[in-house]
Amino acid sequence: MTAASAFLQYVISGATVGSTYGLTALGFTVIFNTTEIINFAQGEFVMLGGMLAVFALRWGGVPLPAAVPLAVLGVTAIGVLVDRLTIRPVRGRSPITLIIITIGVSILLRGGAMLLFGKDTFPLPAFSPGGPIHLGGATLLPQSLWVGGITLLTLLAMKFFFERTLSGKAMLACACDRKAASLMGIHVESMVTLSFAFSAMVGALGGVILAPITLTSYDVGILLGLKGFAACILGGLGNPFGAVVGGVILGILESLGAGLLSSGYKDAVAFVILLALLFLRPAGLFGSSGAERV
Amino acid sequence: MRVRIGGHVTGFLAFAAAAMLLPFALPNEYYLTVLIVGGFHVILVIGLNLLMGFAGQVSLGHAAFYGLSAYTTGILTGTYHWPVPAGIAAGLLLVTAVAYLIGLPTLKLRGHYLAMGTLGFGIIVYIVFNEATAVTGGPSGFSGIPKLSFGGRVVSSDREYYYVVWGAALLLFALAQNLVRSRVGRALRAIHTSETAAAVLGVDTGRYKTFVFVLSAFYAAVAGALYAHYVTFVSPGSFGFHTSVLLVTMVVLGGMASLWGAVMGALFLTLLPEALRAIENFDILIYGAILVLCMMYLPGGLAEGARKCWDAARSLARRGSAGPAADGGGPGR
Amino acid sequence: MTGQAHRDPFFHGDGITLRFGGLTALSGVGFHVRRNSLQAIIGPNGAGKTSLFNVITGIYRMDDGEVHLEGKRISGLPPHGVARHGIVRTFQNLEIFTNMTVLENVLTGGHLLVKYGLADFFFRTPRFFREERDLRERAVTALDFVGLSSHRNLPAGQLPFGSQRLLEIARALSAEPRILLLDEPAAGLNMKETTALGDLIRRIVERGITVVMVEHDMDLVMRISERILVLNYGEVIASGTPAEIQRDPAVVAAYLGEE
Repeated sequence: MTAASAFLQYVISGATVGSTYGLTALGFTVIFNTTEIINFAQGEFVMLGGMLAVFALRWGGVPLPAAVPLAVLGVTAIGVLVDRLTIRPVRGRSPITLIIITIGVSILLRGGAMLLFGKDTFPLPAFSPGGPIHLGGATLLPQSLWVGGITLLTLLAMKFFFERTLSGKAMLACACDRKAASLMGIHVESMVTLSFAFSAMVGALGGVILAPITLTSYDVGILLGLKGFAACILGGLGNPFGAVVGGVILGILESLGAGLLSSGYKDAVAFVILLALLFLRPAGLFGSSGAERV
Repeated sequence: MRVRIGGHVTGFLAFAAAAMLLPFALPNEYYLTVLIVGGFHVILVIGLNLLMGFAGQVSLGHAAFYGLSAYTTGILTGTYHWPVPAGIAAGLLLVTAVAYLIGLPTLKLRGHYLAMGTLGFGIIVYIVFNEATAVTGGPSGFSGIPKLSFGGRVVSSDREYYYVVWGAALLLFALAQNLVRSRVGRALRAIHTSETAAAVLGVDTGRYKTFVFVLSAFYAAVAGALYAHYVTFVSPGSFGFHTSVLLVTMVVLGGMASLWGAVMGALFLTLLPEALRAIENFDILIYGAILVLCMMYLPGGLAEGARKCWDAARSLARRGSAGPAADGGGPGR
Repeated sequence: MTGQAHRDPFFHGDGITLRFGGLTALSGVGFHVRRNSLQAIIGPNGAGKTSLFNVITGIYRMDDGEVHLEGKRISGLPPHGVARHGIVRTFQNLEIFTNMTVLENVLTGGHLLVKYGLADFFFRTPRFFREERDLRERAVTALDFVGLSSHRNLPAGQLPFGSQRLLEIARALSAEPRILLLDEPAAGLNMKETTALGDLIRRIVERGITVVMVEHDMDLVMRISERILVLNYGEVIASGTPAEIQRDPAVVAAYLGEE
């Protein structure tokens, strides 16, 4: 394989994984924009997307085209439950309280998955049959096309939702100024629930489209969540499109790092980037440092 | 959240006396081992409590500081035959420097950045422990670390080690208490509630947060050094995310912003797995449940629970001794 | 901005501008405060009054403009730096430390007045005890001044609302400020409390502290202030004595136009 085609290979596989990072990051961003909380359980939504699809397929006997949407819906419901049971009752408490609660929720979700599904890794069948496609010396899995396509569709749907629908605009209003939003009749608590539902949904989507390629197990959530957060910061916290772009960039950088440097340290790439961002440019690529200091 | 800042000197002395006398009351040596490990956790949790309870910041990678210190002194004394005090000093210095480098930029930002930053840092350190096999021994770890010794005298028995660990723990507790009951302690508690108000009163919030973060890392490093020279073996598994979560849970369970709570939380969650062997697979679930339920319903943790019991008992006693006249014709008249 | 103010440039700001994205909160705002005076800042809701306090105290960074205190530049300093120059503020939405007692809140106010270092508090040196004792005396004095001494050991969160407002003032006073910025100190107070507050503020000025007050309660403002600055839509529309302001047509229009 020539250097150019190796490079292309890394970029393709990196962009594929990066799309999931991007969707995870999107979930972080939406909840953050509506509530100013970083939901540490976001990674578990991604994990549960893949795991529930496997569960529906293997133990439920549900065919793949139904298992996937079912899994996404299931995780969306879990997202709503998380908000209703653990976030809504403690609205208004200090940030550290909320951080710890979401950490606890993430642990519970992961522990629950471990108990229900065991510690094995599971594959999910690809969405469409067919062998790898050859492209300029590199191979492209058909699933990667699904990943790219679904991610793009999600982005377009999101753009439509936030710019054209009333609920979407209401959520943005909450992000800008909660008090003003509630004074204008927007029910902030419902918007928060909606944001959790939305984030769980895109997270699960990210998990389920990637599972055929990278396999899934009960503990993939931590790393995916963290990398999603790194992507979030890379794109500029609060910027939904930046989040997805950040994810793809992160995936590519990680893949290049693994290919060119060392595969054992692959996971470290994302965190080194995260720490570097926190040190040098917390506003990320597309964010702007606000006027507020403290 | 009402703060209990540790009580009086008498409370501390009682605690110290109890700690010193306890070995004589134990039926067998196994309990000493458990209490030694408990001592490591107490030191770790006091430091982390200062960060979380008083300054209101979360560190999700504290096990990394613990491990970094243990590995550093382990490698320097084990592979390179440095004298033990030098190895320990090097470990403490390294961890302090690294914590300073991480804290300085991240603590200028909002709370969740430190949480994520430390989580990421913890994972990087864990990966390095696993991958740098030549130096660290990789996933199976690294043994042959010499026992603790000062100037020729080796601390060989468990009983002696108990006194070393708990002597250190008591000293570090006292220092933490002195910190809390000073202008720095007030500044930290102010930062926890309202960084803005603290800042307009002249508190350099970034500097204070960095200070307490580095201090908490230092405490973790002390525990790490004591760990390495007791267990004489280190492996990545003891210093990963699981341990970091355990430490945070100990702080939350014990009660943030309460040094006594830190001791209670650390001891409780050290003894619990011993008492309930059966829960080994479920322990992570229990930690998660504790975190969520505690934060939702008992934010002050065991310390708050203990205080409520104490207050309830006191008011019951008062009502009992004051007699029926006090509550206008009570029972038994 | 009269000639009189220019002769004694004690505390003044010029051309202060603050923007949030597309929204301009403050535009070219200037003010002059005379030494040891009581000045009020008024204006309809959203006029930018609290934003002005926020930029003065360094909580927001102004996009343009400068603030000076006795010739020294205050603008651009972080909040703790502004406090070092002797400017302390209270908050419209109380920011008392509910996790401490009343006394501890006021002790925290005196943070900058205490100089002991790490070794002093870790090892409890005589210097530590001496400075803590002095700090405590100052704190008790501040609490006496506002009338809260009897509550000193209560958790701050348990105080009734009016007392919490007084606590914030006591806390600010224990910092021994040169300039005290009060952000809507009368908000939520009943008539009796407001009258008492007015007397308290006048007593503060009599002790040599310069007070700048953002307020909505016109009776209070007209009764105790020496000069008034009027903001509307982020701009200064009038500045003068209470009598002048009451007659100013631009001010009347701004408030009536609000209805």
